[in-house]
Amino acid sequence: MREIAVVEGFANNLDARNRRGVMWHMLFQASTVVGIIALIALMLNIIDGAFGYVAYEASVDPDSLAVNGIPVQDQSKEQLVALLQSKLSSGAYNKLNNEKPFVNRSQAEVYQLVVDRMIRPKIVGVWNLWPSLTQADEIRATVAKDHPKAELDFVSWLTTNFIVRPQTSEPLTAGVRTAILGSLWTILFTILLAFPIGLGAAIYLEEYASDNRLNRIIQTNINNLAGVPSIIYGILGLAIFVRTLEALTSGEVFGLVDPTTANGRTVLSAGFTLGLLVLPIIIINAQEAIRAVPRSLRNASFGVGATKWQTVWSHVLPNAMPGILTGTILAVSRAIGETAPLVVVGASTAISFDPNSPFSKFTTLPIQIYQWTSRPQDEFRSLAAASIIVLLIILLSLNASAILLRNRFSRRF
Amino acid sequence: MAELTMKNVEKKASTIDLRRKSRWGESIIQALLFFSGFFSIFVTIGIVYELGKEALLFFQMPDVNLLDLVTSTKWQPHTGEFGIWPLFTATMMTSTIAMAIAIPLGLGVAIYLSEYADRRVRNILKPILEVLAGIPTIVYGYFALTFMTPILREIFGRDVVQIYNTGSTGLVMGILILPLITSMTEDALSAVPRSLREAAYAVGGTKLEVAVQVVVPAALSGIAAAIIIGISRAIGETMIVAVAAGAGPNFTFNPFVGAETITGHIVRISGGDLSYDSIDYNSIFVLGLFLFLITLTLNVISQAIVRRYREVYE
Amino acid sequence: MTMNNDSDHKYVIETHDLDIYYGTFKAVTGVNLKVERNAITAIIGPSGCGKSTLLRTFNRMNELYANTSIKGEVTFNGQDIYAKDVDPVEVRYRIGMVFQKPNPFPKSIYENIAWTVRIHGYKGSMDEMVENSLQQAALWDEVKDKLHQSGLSLSGGQQQRLCIARAISIKPEVILMDEPASALDPIATLKIEELLHELKKNYTIVIVTHNMQQAARVSDYTAMMMLTEDRRSGTVIEFNETNRIFTNPKDKRTEDYVTGRFG
Repeated sequence: MREIAVVEGFANNLDARNRRGVMWHMLFQASTVVGIIALIALMLNIIDGAFGYVAYEASVDPDSLAVNGIPVQDQSKEQLVALLQSKLSSGAYNKLNNEKPFVNRSQAEVYQLVVDRMIRPKIVGVWNLWPSLTQADEIRATVAKDHPKAELDFVSWLTTNFIVRPQTSEPLTAGVRTAILGSLWTILFTILLAFPIGLGAAIYLEEYASDNRLNRIIQTNINNLAGVPSIIYGILGLAIFVRTLEALTSGEVFGLVDPTTANGRTVLSAGFTLGLLVLPIIIINAQEAIRAVPRSLRNASFGVGATKWQTVWSHVLPNAMPGILTGTILAVSRAIGETAPLVVVGASTAISFDPNSPFSKFTTLPIQIYQWTSRPQDEFRSLAAASIIVLLIILLSLNASAILLRNRFSRRF
Repeated sequence: MAELTMKNVEKKASTIDLRRKSRWGESIIQALLFFSGFFSIFVTIGIVYELGKEALLFFQMPDVNLLDLVTSTKWQPHTGEFGIWPLFTATMMTSTIAMAIAIPLGLGVAIYLSEYADRRVRNILKPILEVLAGIPTIVYGYFALTFMTPILREIFGRDVVQIYNTGSTGLVMGILILPLITSMTEDALSAVPRSLREAAYAVGGTKLEVAVQVVVPAALSGIAAAIIIGISRAIGETMIVAVAAGAGPNFTFNPFVGAETITGHIVRISGGDLSYDSIDYNSIFVLGLFLFLITLTLNVISQAIVRRYREVYE
Repeated sequence: MTMNNDSDHKYVIETHDLDIYYGTFKAVTGVNLKVERNAITAIIGPSGCGKSTLLRTFNRMNELYANTSIKGEVTFNGQDIYAKDVDPVEVRYRIGMVFQKPNPFPKSIYENIAWTVRIHGYKGSMDEMVENSLQQAALWDEVKDKLHQSGLSLSGGQQQRLCIARAISIKPEVILMDEPASALDPIATLKIEELLHELKKNYTIVIVTHNMQQAARVSDYTAMMMLTEDRRSGTVIEFNETNRIFTNPKDKRTEDYVTGRFG
């Protein structure tokens, strides 16, 4: 339909319109490409930081510690213990023994102590993955020139050791175990608070609440709370859990802790603060899941004379449970990644022991990332990158299981 | 025999009691459930009360002067200066830069997903957007510091761009908010009934004309709501600014230098040693109250827009 | 490819052995129709036999929904509208459509028409154009004082006439109508039917309707559609002048349908 008799008054503008259409189509596509590029850049950047060359110097030459020609890493546990005893001050030695007696430690653990306390490697250079791959020779030359005594290794900052070692101030031996356990303990209390109350509220709003003013206010309030910035929850947690309820959250009331070091900045406070934060999310998701249960199921139950709670407990909840669980997993996923509220509540900056009670001081994985990112030295950036990978893997697993759960049970209907 | 049976049945019928039984178990459960529902009100009351209480204490302190608060451009609690502007302008700058990225890109992606993309593309894009939305903000902070800032320094020069600056913070924040805008806008676009698109195609509209001149205007309230929520999110964002924007209030409009936002300030102050009832401690609550009121207002406006203009099509 | 949009061709739209597919499912089979210029052609038949599907093939609306394809030919003034170099936008410019449920844009009454002509490059007097179109659709008197109110503020019948005004504002040759009055009350329906008599002077109209009396009242030609023997696709079983179809149908199934033996 190219050469047409143009209708009077109208222009033959189809080509121009199509050209405009093509141009904007490309612009819209470009927007999505930008989003994809951003994600790829993010991933690559993290990977880039988590691997690469490290140059480090030992403060004390390991060769000087050889006994009878046996290099230090091959020595037996007893030899290593003797080494420690001879070189460390008695106070330091006793402290180590009190934390965990040497008889209970493995050879690898004692050797680690020797490395930490005696050899004390010091980092003199860190390079990211890309430079390590492309400029390997220049790096070697630079290190040979500036730090002739240094060792140059290509490392992955993310190793299994990294995950199981506790946090220390030495970058080469730091690990995220403390942080991971802290996160787990915190999430435990988050769920303890948010799940029952959240589920209860959802059941109330969907099954019991009539459409009156109070209930509408409650619903609106929950929707609003979902949009409150997370740091506000941190401030709330600081004021209520850490300060006002200090006796409770620090464990003083139960007489379990040393009063001189006890304060409200504990796992309990952290968990509950995050619990308040994710409460609206759990409620809204559970409401949706409950709402999706077909009316016919409820009718069938009422029809045989069951009470409301019997109906809810035996029919509605089991039917809605996959959706409720999915929502809970998503809420947990959100809570694990939260940093700001916990900084305000008071995560500890330098703890190296694992949390072992609700009243322990705490740090979490995102906080650990924050602290390492905030230090200027390059090696801490690498540690941060490695911990980010750990965090992302945890979150990915959680979200994948939520999606699997959703898919597996949505096929039923 | 038949007679006997009849009599038994009659007797049974008269002994069934239809009156309401007391089910106190049900009542207890109902009370518990109501308490759970009401609990969220406690949370809100808690927020308002705690923030308000400490804020009040703040305003009662001798150094604090309401006029200064809104006119001074210095925020240095230790010297007694409490102008809110430095924190405010830094927040505005990061949020503005973020929205300048998130709105056009977010709308573009949403229009593409809703009006142009086929199912295959959607099945790839939507998970990508979900992933972007699910990445913790601290990771974005790391990204801002280790990737975005060096790039800006390369482009604009190392002496122009400082290590901590609001520019890269805003840019990364934009990427953070993009999925939010896209998903809300896409919901709004999908809600436009098919019959409307059909009408526009039937009069010979091109895809672009239908999408941009008919569908988008019809979904405008949902899009406005999305943008407002995006702004609210940007203002309340903490970790990216804490890592990459800079420490220390700085009254400036230069995106290449460091400045501290409201949220960044709260994090920095509470991360240090904090004694209760110090002026620093109270300032957290004032700022928190301010933040809470702004984001709450924005969220309420957003919901009102959606509610009021929802039944526009039919 | 030149197009002649004058009365060179007696038949504005023709189909030759038209099959319509949804994916691999053949919804309509073997249709051979000739739509006469400036006449009203009705397509009737029980629900589910493909009337709307067939109608939407005439302005390529069916391809907005994925996976529809055709075999055979649909021509407009002799030109195959499914040819590779044909732009569907251009087809819909020439062949307009009015839908079952009125769908005015959520814009003002004025803007409903103004936007439509504007995208096709209309540069003349907009006020004149709007008034003209609304006059032709017998709506002008009722809305002339509220042109800037939303199109959605009108009653159902008025909205449908607005949609008709919008469709004819760009001066198509054919107006396709998919059950245009089925969502309206009897009085509004009557108004639409009266309008059709006027419109056919300047336009060719193809109307799908499940209301037989309406077809008998309004149309010059009628195509009777029904499912094939295997009850899988729809096809046109009889096509003739309307009075012949209703008084002396050739096919027994047609006779059964128009006499109401089954619906």
